[in-house]
Amino acid sequence: MTKTAKAAIIAAVAASVALAGCGTRDESNSAGGDTVEKKVVTIGTISPLTGDLSAVGSGIRNGVDLAVKQANASDAIPGWEIKIEPMDDEAKPDTGKNAATKLAADDTVIAVVGTMNSSVAQPVAPVLNAADISMVSPANTSPALTKGADLNAPVRQNKSFFRLCASDDKQGPFAADYLLEQGIKKVATIHDKKVYGQGLVEEFTKAFTAGGGEIVAAETINPEDKDYNTVISKVKSASPEAIYYGGEYPQAGPLSQQAKAAGLKIPLMGGDGLYDAAYIELAGKDAAEGDLTTSVGAPVDSLESAKAFAEAYAAGGYAEGIGPYGAYSYDAANVIISALKTTLASATDAKSARAATVDAIQSFTTTTAATGDISFDEFGDNTNQVMTVYKVEGGEWKAAYTGTAM
Amino acid sequence: MTPDLFFEQLVNGLSLGSLYALIAVGYTVVYGIVQLINFAHGEIFMMGAFGAYTVWLLAGSPTELSAAAALGLLLPAMILGGILVAVGTALLTERFAYRPLRGAPRLAPLISAIGISVFLQEFVRLFYGRIPGFPDSKRAIPFPHIEGISGNSIQLGDVSIKMTSVFTVAALLICTAFLWYYINRTKTGRAMIATSQDPDTARLMGIDVDRVIMSAFAVGAALAAVAGVAHGMYIGNIDFKMGFMAGLKAFTAAVLGGIGNINGAVVGGVVLGLVEAFAGQVGDTAWKDVWAFVILILVLVFRPQGLLGAKVVDRA
Repeated sequence: MTKTAKAAIIAAVAASVALAGCGTRDESNSAGGDTVEKKVVTIGTISPLTGDLSAVGSGIRNGVDLAVKQANASDAIPGWEIKIEPMDDEAKPDTGKNAATKLAADDTVIAVVGTMNSSVAQPVAPVLNAADISMVSPANTSPALTKGADLNAPVRQNKSFFRLCASDDKQGPFAADYLLEQGIKKVATIHDKKVYGQGLVEEFTKAFTAGGGEIVAAETINPEDKDYNTVISKVKSASPEAIYYGGEYPQAGPLSQQAKAAGLKIPLMGGDGLYDAAYIELAGKDAAEGDLTTSVGAPVDSLESAKAFAEAYAAGGYAEGIGPYGAYSYDAANVIISALKTTLASATDAKSARAATVDAIQSFTTTTAATGDISFDEFGDNTNQVMTVYKVEGGEWKAAYTGTAM
Repeated sequence: MTPDLFFEQLVNGLSLGSLYALIAVGYTVVYGIVQLINFAHGEIFMMGAFGAYTVWLLAGSPTELSAAAALGLLLPAMILGGILVAVGTALLTERFAYRPLRGAPRLAPLISAIGISVFLQEFVRLFYGRIPGFPDSKRAIPFPHIEGISGNSIQLGDVSIKMTSVFTVAALLICTAFLWYYINRTKTGRAMIATSQDPDTARLMGIDVDRVIMSAFAVGAALAAVAGVAHGMYIGNIDFKMGFMAGLKAFTAAVLGGIGNINGAVVGGVVLGLVEAFAGQVGDTAWKDVWAFVILILVLVFRPQGLLGAKVVDRA
């Protein structure tokens, strides 16, 4: 760069700053002088980057990182440089809340993508809401986050909380419809008495009986139990055609194994708490064969719109895989960036544009995201509630059916 | 309840009860001699299961064995490996955690036992999976399929009895017979009875009390290891915390039968298993533990010495 060119650029920047009528940005930004000065806006991520769930949590961070890199490369928001600030929540609510507080104190932060766990989102969302920071969740499935504890009288919890994936209250009915369509009319339900499991079974039961099915046995287990033979004998005597289980794979895997060993050779279906390779390992390949689960979203490799994303991700050289929520986090970042295009255009700094960004995301719609259509309803939920039924075939989870939950 | 269903729940209860009984014996034998509630005994059971699993891993994780090879070679080797690990662990804990506290107030070895329990759980959780080639021990590990037992069942009309149930109940019968012979017909066994009646006099009679106590720990651990293998096949998986709940239930069984009384431990275990199975059948299954403990409280209120009562009068 020649001296004259440099001088010309500095002059131009100075002029634009003067025209915009703004003073100085923060120190980190005004220290330069030999490059074009851009104002900084930060998108935070909160997800587990260490611990058992770090593989999935890193996929969330990487999806945002990719979207931000692409936006900066194409100069999506003229005059602004987008930065990413990844925070580790260790899948713990307390750590997540601290991360949120730290992000809220940073004046350049305008929006956050996260979290992975609903239990972490619970304390994080109010912190960000109080600071008018938009939170777009790629992965939280608890219905209470958007609609409150009582689903019959839903109340929006946080104005700035949005979510892209479908919520748990849609999984039960989606599973019920699928089983009815397969000609299964008699189902036994079992759940572990935890909020997640019991909720799944309640919603499933409502939809299944409304669709003409019959619940022939409704049983419960304790999460600490290891021997399920009593409940299996009991269920077997009611001769169901399938078992619907509300809970997670550490119990569901052995339950399926023991059921098949006891001669109860019918498929076991559950929610996304079963959607893990460890389920098949615990149940044994033979016992797990034909077992079913529902999970939010469409399988990334099946979506035409997700292919470009998957290719860009592969080219990005990330150490971790996309994971189940990588495409959602990429979309979440792009939703935020699209909103920023309008809200930052006239803004002097990131903090003053926070509230406008919340409104811009609320009214945002697209049909070309990696996961398909996106728009938000009055609770902040995505109106596009895509779900997939997965089935164990040859010792692996294979997508069996993708559809939209009502 | 149809007769078929009744019979099936009876088998479920007997199988579970046999597991409890095999572990309960360890509590009761040790208590009878040193008046110590060995709260680490559930973890000895867990160590036995992991020992057996390790033998399978070291044998090259065979999956395609014939029934004859699996039953004749692999299973005995696994049981032996489990017993070696469990007995070894039990003797080490006895030597280093209990023996130094033998003259101390009773609470001291009790707390020591709780410490050993936590130590063994964390040891397996944190270190087992770090050994190259060994699976992650932080979550449940599927137990190997033993051809001829796992997944097989006997069909009696409409009732199917799993071979794993048959194995578990048979293991209890064989172990009880062995135990009866060992206690009543061998020199060490009679020394154990003598020590439990009066350790000071026994010592004066030339009995090596330290050895007797070690034998008590070893016998209990061996039976717990057999229970560990039976549990692995019957339940289908093992994990580092499997000993906690099983230990608590087995301790309950020992108290139910009359702690210090070996026959009582066996009876208590089987009764507890049956109560759980039938309480689960009649009411909400998740409440079965509640009924099991209600029975325990009722027995203790009306018969504090347990169902069969302690053979030895508490000399505390």
